[in-house]
Amino acid sequence: MSTLASALQARPSPPAAAEQAGAPCKIAVRDLNFHYGAKRALEGISIDIPANLVTAFIGPSGCGKSTFLRTLNRMNDIIAGTRVEGEVRIDGRDIYRSDTDVVALRRRVGMVFQKSNPFPKSIFENIAYGLRINGLARRGSELHGRVEESLRQAAIWDEVKDRLHESALALSGGQQQRLCIARALAVKPDVLLMDEPASALDPIATQRIEELIYQLKSTYTIVIVTHNMQQAARVSDLTAFFWLGKLIEAGPTDKMFTNPGQKLTEDYVTGRFG
Amino acid sequence: MTTTVPHFQEELDQLKSRLLEMGGLAEDRVRAAVTALVNRDTALVAQVLAGDGPINQLHIEIDSRCVKLLALHQPMAVDLRSILSAVKINTDLERVGDLAINIAEAATRYLAHPPVKELIDIPRMAEIAHRMLRDALDAFVRRDTVLAQQVLDADDALDALKTQVFRELLTYMLEDPHTIEASLDLILVSRHLERIGDHATNIAEDVIFMVSARDVRHHAQ
Repeated sequence: MSTLASALQARPSPPAAAEQAGAPCKIAVRDLNFHYGAKRALEGISIDIPANLVTAFIGPSGCGKSTFLRTLNRMNDIIAGTRVEGEVRIDGRDIYRSDTDVVALRRRVGMVFQKSNPFPKSIFENIAYGLRINGLARRGSELHGRVEESLRQAAIWDEVKDRLHESALALSGGQQQRLCIARALAVKPDVLLMDEPASALDPIATQRIEELIYQLKSTYTIVIVTHNMQQAARVSDLTAFFWLGKLIEAGPTDKMFTNPGQKLTEDYVTGRFG
Repeated sequence: MTTTVPHFQEELDQLKSRLLEMGGLAEDRVRAAVTALVNRDTALVAQVLAGDGPINQLHIEIDSRCVKLLALHQPMAVDLRSILSAVKINTDLERVGDLAINIAEAATRYLAHPPVKELIDIPRMAEIAHRMLRDALDAFVRRDTVLAQQVLDADDALDALKTQVFRELLTYMLEDPHTIEASLDLILVSRHLERIGDHATNIAEDVIFMVSARDVRHHAQ
């Protein structure tokens, strides 16, 4: 049997990761399969993602980590021809039940993308928009308060407080990304999904995002996809390694980077892959 | 401009304070072992012999903190040197803790005999070794290469005293073979104290490397 095949067979039960972290489970995934048309992109994923910690998904391009992230707030629903099997329970409730309000789900499970995507509006409006359409701030003063709170939480308030009514597109890439994080936080989600949130940023802007992630985890459950292993090591409490649509191993980040349980994980984190 | 991430800096600070805690424990134990020998205090000897658990625990904890910081933060430049130095200082401090045990063991044997002589040079050696250790740790905390260099310079005095203790005890042994066993233990104690000075020297060299990236070991400049 090849090393790879034996590594796959020897796969431990992934939910152990959350128990090791000693935190209550926020998202419980069981036997999740995902198909793009006839192609199976995810196979038999089971993992418990603990509350108020940062969980990182790592793996080579095409391993399914971003696809899996998007199954956590049903962002894949908008792609035609996709199919999901299995369960994703958030706070115990399966989000793939037919009666799930997907808009409400995405409010609870916010998302930040690789490329910052502010609306072509003012900084203020970028945050206020989601609050208004969700009816989360009725009076003007309440709206202002929530906008400021969100910008402060995303560690960008001091940089933009004097230019709230200028276009968001005039901000630097790193500022735009923090604005998008503020926008996601404004509607008070429980979970924040981040898909390569710093991959387009320079090292200083990246560091600010990473420090922000560290600060936000006391309030939110954060799941981050990154192709940058060092970033996963720096920011996360738990790391899950994906390979060819399978979850190979998940565990406390320090263990995953110092003494992983699987040969495949070791080969990946040491750069001996392929 | 500093690029160190605040929470990484916090962990570095914690590492430093754990090392200092370990240094304090090591200093206390050496002092206690020598005091027990000089005062012929067998209860204190027993205390030293039984008490290296906390240092050993810190030894393991500090190493695992260093491994974690290296693995998870990929430190560079001064941060990298600080963590490498911490690994080495940790080993030196643990060895100092072991030497305190060795001194206490020699004291146990020595105290079974009548005193060979009044102990003068050994307390003096202990004082120098103790100061070297304290200065090396102060230099580490204050990132003070001048103080670190003073530690390196102080080592000669300790070596000279060790030789003096040996010569003096040799005369006692030649005069009266009954003193040989006890004298050998005193020679061993002087040797242990001299080794403690060597560990303080190692720490001082690590401080110089950490602060200025200069490797002064083996008289390299």
